Amino acid sequence: MATETVVNDPIHQFRLHNLFDLFSVGGHQISFTNSAFFMGLIVLFITVFLLMAASKAAMVPGRLQSIGEMWYSMIHNMVNNVLGEEGKVFFPLVFSLFSFVLIANMLGMFPYFFTVTSHVIVTASLALFVVGLVVVVGIYKHGLGWFRLFVPHGVPIVILPIISVIEIISFLSRPISLGLRLFGNILAGHIVLKVFAGFVVSMIAAGGIIAVSSVLSLGMAVALTALEFLVAFLQAFVFAILTCVYLNDALHPSH
Amino acid sequence: MDPVSAKYIGAGIACLGMGGAGIGVGHIFGNYLAGALRNPAAAGQQFTNALIGAALAEGLGIFSLVVALVLLFVK
Amino acid sequence: MATTETTESTGAEGGHESGVFPPLDATSFPSQLFWLVIFFGALYLLMSRMVLPKLGAILTTRKAQVDGDIARAQALKDETEAAVKHYEKALADAKANANDIARDTKAKVSAQIDGEQSVLDGELAKKIKDAEARVAKAKAKAMESVESIAGESAADIVASLTGGKTTKTAVAKAIAGIKR
Repeated sequence: MATETVVNDPIHQFRLHNLFDLFSVGGHQISFTNSAFFMGLIVLFITVFLLMAASKAAMVPGRLQSIGEMWYSMIHNMVNNVLGEEGKVFFPLVFSLFSFVLIANMLGMFPYFFTVTSHVIVTASLALFVVGLVVVVGIYKHGLGWFRLFVPHGVPIVILPIISVIEIISFLSRPISLGLRLFGNILAGHIVLKVFAGFVVSMIAAGGIIAVSSVLSLGMAVALTALEFLVAFLQAFVFAILTCVYLNDALHPSH
Repeated sequence: MDPVSAKYIGAGIACLGMGGAGIGVGHIFGNYLAGALRNPAAAGQQFTNALIGAALAEGLGIFSLVVALVLLFVK
Repeated sequence: MATTETTESTGAEGGHESGVFPPLDATSFPSQLFWLVIFFGALYLLMSRMVLPKLGAILTTRKAQVDGDIARAQALKDETEAAVKHYEKALADAKANANDIARDTKAKVSAQIDGEQSVLDGELAKKIKDAEARVAKAKAKAMESVESIAGESAADIVASLTGGKTTKTAVAKAIAGIKR
């Protein structure tokens, strides 16, 4: 009975397990959890995969090298298109963000694997980091003139305060929406997958005509898995391109 | 009213927001497709923008789902 | 059914170490943040220092190679086109030359032929004239000798008929009279 509740519990997959405790800072326990293990696995996977892809450096690329090059040039083109020539500095950052989120989402699609991006603290801190970077780079590059971002051109002076307030609110909501979008997509996708998979189990357990119709639930789970693979890629891509768009505000505030 | 049932009802109502996101995403891809059929040459460059728009619209729907999940699971 | 399941799952949740929704469990935030900073920093350093320069180098070398190859192909194509143009020019020149030579030769040959023909015609005309003159002379001579022979034979006939002697002048006079 206990195992069945685990099977049917869609939340169980997000649970953290302490592998070992390290130390505590200011009353907060810092421990090596399965989340940290999978973060390490992500970094290892990306690095090893890309190094293997780049190892041959063949003029005519093989399969592995083609994937590595596509991966590289996709982000490279994105940064170039959105940020232009001066955005080159941010290319490694955007590439790291994209790769981290993509591989976290993809590894999460394996059964029994932990999905790093399904915890709000991970996605929210990545998003906060990006928006914080936008503020820091914007003020570093343009000084206080960067705040013209909130005062758009060609707006009548009467409604300018309202527009400015709206702009500021929209800017402040960026880290929330950026982080929560990724978190929500991954969380919801995994929960829905687990719910439908749990339906299969409980419908078969019910027996009779319900057990036969569990095929429908299974088909739904299969289709959702395909959708989740799409979402896993799409959310990583969207995270990267929104990072680029936001960084563009730091470089060119008066667009 | 029983607070637990109120939570579930609230979660169900929160999920209505997903419908709005669905309409929004449908609008984006429908209009993208209409434009792409009218001018297929320009379609490729605008696909990224369509994806961004879809993600932005879908994100809002996801927020309501998160609210529903929080109502369901957070005590 | 879904409701019972959710109550079941939320109920089961309470049995675990903490009753909160794990993704929103604030007690796990510090350690997750700690490891995220470490691993994401490591990823950033690995990417920016090691992996991306390698991949970028591959792509730039390939681009340089391809661009170089294209430039070389273009240069070779230009060269070929120049050679073809040169060849066509040479061919046209040679054709024009050949035409000139043919025309010149034809003119020369026809001029020579004309000259020789005229010389030959002149010679032939001279020869004909000479021959005609000779024939006329010979005729005149023959006529003269015919006259003299006729005179002699007439004198002989007269002498034999009459037995008398005739003078030459009389005979000639008679012959001239007959001839008239």
